[in-house]
Amino acid sequence: MIAFRAILAKDLRVELRTLQSLPAMALFAVTTFVIFRFGLDRTSLEGSLAAGVLLVTVLFAALLAINRLFVAERDEGGFDAMRLAPIDLSALFAAKVVALFVYLLVLEAVALPVFAAFFLDSGAGLPPLAAVLALVNVGLAATGAVVSTVGAHSRARDLLTPLVLLPLLVPLMIAAGAAAEPLLAAGGPEYDEVWKWIGTLALYDLTFLLVGYAVYDFLLED
Amino acid sequence: MPATAVQRAAGEDPATGPAGAPGAAVEARELRREFGQEWVLRDVSFVLEAGHTLVVLGPNGAGKSTLLRMLATLLRPSAGELRVLGAELPRHAWQARGRIGYLGHDALLYRDLTLAESLAFHARLHGVEGAAARIGELLDAVGLTRRRDQLVRTLSAGQLQRAAVCRCVLHHPALLLLDEPGSHLDPAALETVEPLIGRRPGVTRVIVTHDFEGGLAGADRALALRAEGSVAYEGPAGGLAPGDARSIYAGRSGR
Amino acid sequence: MPSRQDSLLSRLSLEMPSLRTTAIATVIVLCGAFALAFFYAPNDADQGFVQKIFYLHVPIAICALAGFIVAAIHAIRHLRTGDPVHDMRAYVSIHMGVIFGTGALLTGAIWARAAWGKWWVWEEPTLVSFLIVYLLYATYYPLRYAIEDRERQARYASVFAITAGAFVPLNFMAVRLAESLVHPRVFATSEGGLPGEMLFTFLVALAGMALLFVTLSRFELAAKATRGQISRLRRALDSEAPSAPTSRIAPSTPADTGRAG
Repeated sequence: MIAFRAILAKDLRVELRTLQSLPAMALFAVTTFVIFRFGLDRTSLEGSLAAGVLLVTVLFAALLAINRLFVAERDEGGFDAMRLAPIDLSALFAAKVVALFVYLLVLEAVALPVFAAFFLDSGAGLPPLAAVLALVNVGLAATGAVVSTVGAHSRARDLLTPLVLLPLLVPLMIAAGAAAEPLLAAGGPEYDEVWKWIGTLALYDLTFLLVGYAVYDFLLED
Repeated sequence: MPATAVQRAAGEDPATGPAGAPGAAVEARELRREFGQEWVLRDVSFVLEAGHTLVVLGPNGAGKSTLLRMLATLLRPSAGELRVLGAELPRHAWQARGRIGYLGHDALLYRDLTLAESLAFHARLHGVEGAAARIGELLDAVGLTRRRDQLVRTLSAGQLQRAAVCRCVLHHPALLLLDEPGSHLDPAALETVEPLIGRRPGVTRVIVTHDFEGGLAGADRALALRAEGSVAYEGPAGGLAPGDARSIYAGRSGR
Repeated sequence: MPSRQDSLLSRLSLEMPSLRTTAIATVIVLCGAFALAFFYAPNDADQGFVQKIFYLHVPIAICALAGFIVAAIHAIRHLRTGDPVHDMRAYVSIHMGVIFGTGALLTGAIWARAAWGKWWVWEEPTLVSFLIVYLLYATYYPLRYAIEDRERQARYASVFAITAGAFVPLNFMAVRLAESLVHPRVFATSEGGLPGEMLFTFLVALAGMALLFVTLSRFELAAKATRGQISRLRRALDSEAPSAPTSRIAPSTPADTGRAG
């Protein structure tokens, strides 16, 4: 527990000080929205189209953070630091998952209002949408932390991480899109099917949190 | 846990708890380590008593740093037996961690944290009590107190090395593993770190160095490796004369 | 000191005599399956003759998925024991799974084109799920090649095989949930409701494909083990002679170079 808090605090402190991920993610998201506006030739979005644009943008912004998640550990022999200490290495996994979750929350705090301003006619669907995004963040964070660790030990890590990560995220995106679509419907949010999809999201999150926790020690052995 | 070609000597004890096996701090028997398709270490064996110092010598690429990393529990042996501070590696590595101080080629300090923050982080990971006081005391000893709030990124190589020494001894380790501790340090700086990583009662040390004479002078035992990772000499430090240096550093060039 | 690699080869060599047996069995069963498909099984009421590609497509797909699950099991054993035999088995299982998967996707596309005029149908959830699983396992190779250290490579590959294995059911479930909302199942020919002759033909075809999978896997395993042994022998032959001792420093033993592998 102490190790988890120490590592999380270190990561957040470094990010606040260097701002290497967060501004890039926010800027990327807003620019992508602009590109979508012109690529789709639409100024207003609803339903599945709105959900798709939002989720794809969040996904690729998340990739920026995921690629950089272990940069300090890799460059400064930081994995050594963790492995020398008498700590449970799952604390490292947990800390990175929470850090990534926080970065995604901050990203969405910027991206959601901008998205609403650009494309939505009413903001009624935003609060439930934020809840859905919170579940998506957990899935992105758990899977991203595991794959990023694998990528940190390989060549061409910036290529390998997205390559392996994207297929793994498809079920998450399917469930997220299906949950978000009725929330962004033209006539206001509808809630009929949403619990089924929230259940699927939760199942995905749980699966990858457990898998990540179980395999993490093997990833850091030498 | 992976099956390695472990050969148990008759009467070998199973791994003991943190109290440690009596006498020997490090026991290595026919250690081998592979990298890719090549053997980096071949049949390295030695016993190091608690409180003694072992100097490891050899040409570049002989596997000295690899051996040190294995002692630090960072690498697992491909074959052979290794017991550090009473714990059998790699199965019981967790028992030895926290009592080992490792000084490698990386300072293991985070570039975007201040010196004090970086040391405090390590202190928390190791559960050091009275961390603030301990950090202050160490920084004082090496003369880095006025740089404590400087980002690690801004430190010079010599300052970084001194800071790494502080990190290494922060948690009062029983076993010090030092990979070329004198690198980047001028004589004045060397004097400041000597009380921290020099000979002290109760502290076992393994030092990798290219300083043949200085290394042997400060050691009880010596281990000399050849370029291909096999043992050229293993025994008391006094048993190696300066004239043997050329033989050790000659031999096969490259792999 | 016997190396792990030697026992690996001997363990796999024991399987080699049976390689011929399984190969012969494969040929017999597959020929039987094709004969049954063409002459015995009735034509489908809706799709006609075209439907017979089902006897090729579905067994291939099932074998591919089974291969992925088996790979996950081998991977678990590899992580548990560290024995490289299991890693090699997992590698070959996934390799065959991807090859069979390619076959499944191609036959699926041909079937879709022949029956409905389109090369790909998003409305068929099983096909779409299969595509996603296929894309995931296709990243197994870049993953392995990107990691240089052999032991770490094997370990990460095993972690991947286990994670991907856990992913497969999750994926199928998600896609099925998504598609069934909007579109009815297009390929109504699943396990339920197959008439007797079709079922029998299907089972024979499945057995034939499974035998093919096993035969090809064993073939590849034997080839890899042999190649490994050859390279090890070559290395042992190539290693240099030890340098002569010049002083009191201990001479290197002749056994040193003999154990270069």
